[in-house]
Amino acid sequence: MTYLAKPKFRHPDIEINELGFSHRDYEGSISTLCAGCGHDSISSAIMRACFELSLPPHRIAKLSGIGCSSKTPTYFLGQSHGFNSVHGRMPSVLTGANLANRELIYLGVSGDGDSASIGFGQFAHAIRRAVNMLYIVENNGVYGLTKGQFSATSDKGSKSKKGIDNPDSPIDLVSIAMQLGATFVARSFSGDKDQLVPLIKAGLEHQGAAFIDVISPCIAFNNHQGSTKSFDYVRAHNAELNTLDFITSQAPIGVDYPEGAAQDVRLHDGSTIRLRKLSADYDVHDRGAAMDHIYRLGRSGEIATGLIFIDDEPSDMHARLGTAKKPLNALADRDIVPGSAALAKINAGLR
Amino acid sequence: MQATDISDPNYFHKVVDCQWACPAHTPVPEYIRRIAAGDYTGAYLINWKSNVFPGILGRTCDRPCEPACRRGRVEEEPVAICRLKRVAADYKNGVAAYMPKPPETKNGKRIACIGAGPASLTVARDLSPLGYDVVVFDGEAKAGGFMRSQIPKFRLPDSVIDEEVGFALSAGAVFHASRRIDSMKALLDEGYDAVFVGTGAPRGRDLDLPGRKEAAANIHIGIDWLSSVAFGHVEAIGRRVIVLGGGNTAMDCCRSSRRLGGEEVKVIVRSGFDEMKASPWEKEDAMHEGIPILNFMVPKTFEHENGRLTGMTFEKVRAEYDDKGRRRLVPTGEADEFVACDDVLVAVGQENAFPWIEADAGIAFDKWGMPVVDEKTFQSSRSNVFFGGDAAFGPKNIIWAVAHGHDAAVSIDAFCRGADVADRPPPLMNLISQKMGIHEWSYDNAIAVDERFKVPTLANDVALKDIRKEVELGFDLKLGYAEAQRCLNCDAQTVFEAKLCIECDACVDICPMDCITFTEDGDEADLRQRLSAPAENLEQAIYIGNGLKTGRIMAKDEDVCLHCGLCAERCPTGAWDMQKSLIEMTHAGHACRSRA
Ligand SMILES: Cc1cc2nc3c(=O)[nH]c(=O)nc-3n(C[C@H](O)[C@H](O)[C@H](O)COP(=O)(O)OP(=O)(O)OC[C@H]3O[C@@H](n4cnc5c(N)ncnc54)[C@H](O)[C@@H]3O)c2cc1C
Ligand SMILES: Cc1ncc(C[n+]2csc(CCOP(=O)(O)OP(=O)(O)O)c2C)c(N)n1
Ligand code: SF4
Ligand code: SF4
Ligand code: SF4
Ligand SMILES: [Mg+2]
Repeated sequence: MTYLAKPKFRHPDIEINELGFSHRDYEGSISTLCAGCGHDSISSAIMRACFELSLPPHRIAKLSGIGCSSKTPTYFLGQSHGFNSVHGRMPSVLTGANLANRELIYLGVSGDGDSASIGFGQFAHAIRRAVNMLYIVENNGVYGLTKGQFSATSDKGSKSKKGIDNPDSPIDLVSIAMQLGATFVARSFSGDKDQLVPLIKAGLEHQGAAFIDVISPCIAFNNHQGSTKSFDYVRAHNAELNTLDFITSQAPIGVDYPEGAAQDVRLHDGSTIRLRKLSADYDVHDRGAAMDHIYRLGRSGEIATGLIFIDDEPSDMHARLGTAKKPLNALADRDIVPGSAALAKINAGLR
Repeated sequence: MQATDISDPNYFHKVVDCQWACPAHTPVPEYIRRIAAGDYTGAYLINWKSNVFPGILGRTCDRPCEPACRRGRVEEEPVAICRLKRVAADYKNGVAAYMPKPPETKNGKRIACIGAGPASLTVARDLSPLGYDVVVFDGEAKAGGFMRSQIPKFRLPDSVIDEEVGFALSAGAVFHASRRIDSMKALLDEGYDAVFVGTGAPRGRDLDLPGRKEAAANIHIGIDWLSSVAFGHVEAIGRRVIVLGGGNTAMDCCRSSRRLGGEEVKVIVRSGFDEMKASPWEKEDAMHEGIPILNFMVPKTFEHENGRLTGMTFEKVRAEYDDKGRRRLVPTGEADEFVACDDVLVAVGQENAFPWIEADAGIAFDKWGMPVVDEKTFQSSRSNVFFGGDAAFGPKNIIWAVAHGHDAAVSIDAFCRGADVADRPPPLMNLISQKMGIHEWSYDNAIAVDERFKVPTLANDVALKDIRKEVELGFDLKLGYAEAQRCLNCDAQTVFEAKLCIECDACVDICPMDCITFTEDGDEADLRQRLSAPAENLEQAIYIGNGLKTGRIMAKDEDVCLHCGLCAERCPTGAWDMQKSLIEMTHAGHACRSRA
């Protein structure tokens, strides 16, 4: 951690977005995580994505559980809404918040312990309910905050810092999310912002349950030889499926790709993600094939990263439940208390 | 790109913008830290070693360091480097004890310096401790050159000159007062091993306009008038004064006039206000004393009646630029303007003059009458004669004169030892880690946005009454400390060790100025556009580290780095370290012989 405050100085030619903000206006307080922690890079990628999308910070709600990863929302988007819940309970709080106010942009930030161990059930239900959110797991294979015990995502055979093999099978959150119906699923690496930032942007724009598993080395407890979540290991085993450019509706990019090498995916707000395929026959729209593909890659010790699956016509919890179109706090009294005649009608319908 | 060679002393020297810009390469951040720590004597001595006249320069330097100062690139105003030098000089204690004493053994070589300005005094200071017998001749009664005869006392009191001229001569150089050299050949015949010419640019330019002769009694050449004022020969001037010219002589003339009875003093320049040679702060000081500066007025005639000056007429012009960007002054067509006055001071430039150097003295002059002098060695076409200061390449300033003096002394020393004069000793560079503990550095890296502090001055009504009363009061200790804290410690260098880097991006993420990028290699022009923030300032280097595991390179734009050390604090492996680069120019002496 750093005791110094980050100076207010900024680059004199710093880039400004449509709202007149620089990326530094998306900062939070200074991180207290270990120097070099992958989580800090993810924070930085989130700030970058929000800056590039010109998102108004006060329209974003960031929610988290417990863990080093779950501490990070303090270190970005200092002007946004935040909720630091109990361990593993972020998905329920996020679901509730989303039910109450559908107009905010929901960002769930969690760890592998928070989501795959204590919060596994919560994670599963938020995904299957299609809560409109971007759910990011900062996956380091350990409980960082409690000093490095193996977490449920730790690979079988991965070594602890003391040299002991993990005996248990790992949970692959990407496969689980696919199975539970997530409509946007990706995996990335904290050390590759070129890949991560566009994924976060696309995930934020996605109108359904979007999930990104970001492998994020724990510099203190899981970056040694024999770990499968270290910088070196991830770099050596990274099987990139695709790289993507996020293209806003206003700014098309003119780069041409050979036939079949690029694929445009239109998003609801009119923006486009342009996928540059690295694996020629990989189809991001085919859930079953995608699951099969990453399963096979995983078996051979490869880590599939990139956009894994996307459903171009996602649905979300509000659509499924037919909830009110407005946030609850924007409903007038007469909408909330419709009067005895309306009540009588409802009661009649239940007889 | 090639990995940056940080063993080249110039690489980090350039990063210390102020030190690089200083002609004498004073280690600025090093002395500013001493001031912040309350060690004024230490701060003074660091200065004294490099620039010989800290108290004088702390009041008068042209301060090329300040426009270069990094703080000016990240905030409005640079650090008040110059006035901090004065703080060191004002509050030092007992520095005389540290001054070199005459050496016990002499080397038997005799050196003559002609003129006792800053250039000659620097040569004398550098050479006499080494055992040279140095004599300094000047036509004036006291040493100091233009520092004493031109710069008005309200900017530079005699006491400051006396002290520092004394230090320069403390190692036994002998000053021969009131000895004007009339013949170079005669001097050479006296058998000196080497002669240094530091006679300045002593002749003021005149303006030959109609009426010049008739009104001569009230038309004065600026530098002659200023020296008469300095020596107390002139004590008054008319009520209405026109000062012609836009350089520092003009500024001193007008401000002196205000103190000698001039009530309506105007500075009038041919071209634009912005193109004037005087420094912005000199113009400000003049205007603050109620002196208007009128521009785009070309002097046409001196008007007179019954042999007395009544005023001047000026043609009004405007600037026009051709496609090559060259400026031309064209008449606006308006009627000429008459400005009434009682006296005119002509401060339109200075010239060199060497009437005392005989054509057959073996010293070549060019077609402009300037001596042919090597720009690095300061040697003339006659191998035992060296030039420096304003005498070498025309009028500059004190700090350049000092820098020339140091270089000439290196040459003279080499020459007298029979070594190759062209062989220049490299500077000394020391790189030392500043890490003291996990979050502790030996310099104060918590930097904040903070505006430049103003130097307190006397109120005009007091200042204008007495031409010998110093107008600037200098920073007091509190202000001096506050201003010192604005220094960014640009000599605390970010040193990158590629083989330790695990490419975690922590430094990239924390850097407040977006200086650091890990990216694919490319040529410099391409790379400059691909960095976290485009690196448009081509004067500033890109620090390249290669040998990273992913095959990418680390590229750091030195331009607006705050030297805050956050990158090093955040680096988990110590791949970044903050290391102080202490760069000292090599002066004449034994050290340079062994350092090479
Ligand atoms: C009005 C004015 C104001 C200035 N203000 C500043 C300022 O604020 N800051 C700044 O940095 N610079 C200033 N300068 C410039 C600065 O004074 C000079 O650049 C500097 O002094 C040059 O130093 P020097 O060693 O070359 O010689 P000088 O200082 O010019 O000294 C030359 C000496 O040689 C003597 N001499 C000449 N010929 C002979 C001879 N034949 N025999 C014996 N002695 C001889 C002269 O009497 C003189 O004392 C100013 C100049 C002027 C005119
Ligand atoms: C209910 C509850 N049980 C246990 C803990 C102890 N605890 C704190 S953080 C943590 C694990 C966090 O792991 P992860 O989500 O992977 O976060 P990381 O620190 O690795 O980023 C645990 C078990 C707790 N705070 N609350
Ligand atoms: S313990 Fe691990 S996860 Fe937690 S801050 Fe340190 S490096 Fe990051
Ligand atoms: S010292 Fe490091 S963190 Fe600070 S501005 Fe310079 S490069 Fe950036
Ligand atoms: S913080 Fe250190 S290890 Fe990490 S990328 Fe920067 S220099 Fe490399
Ligand atoms: Mg974890």
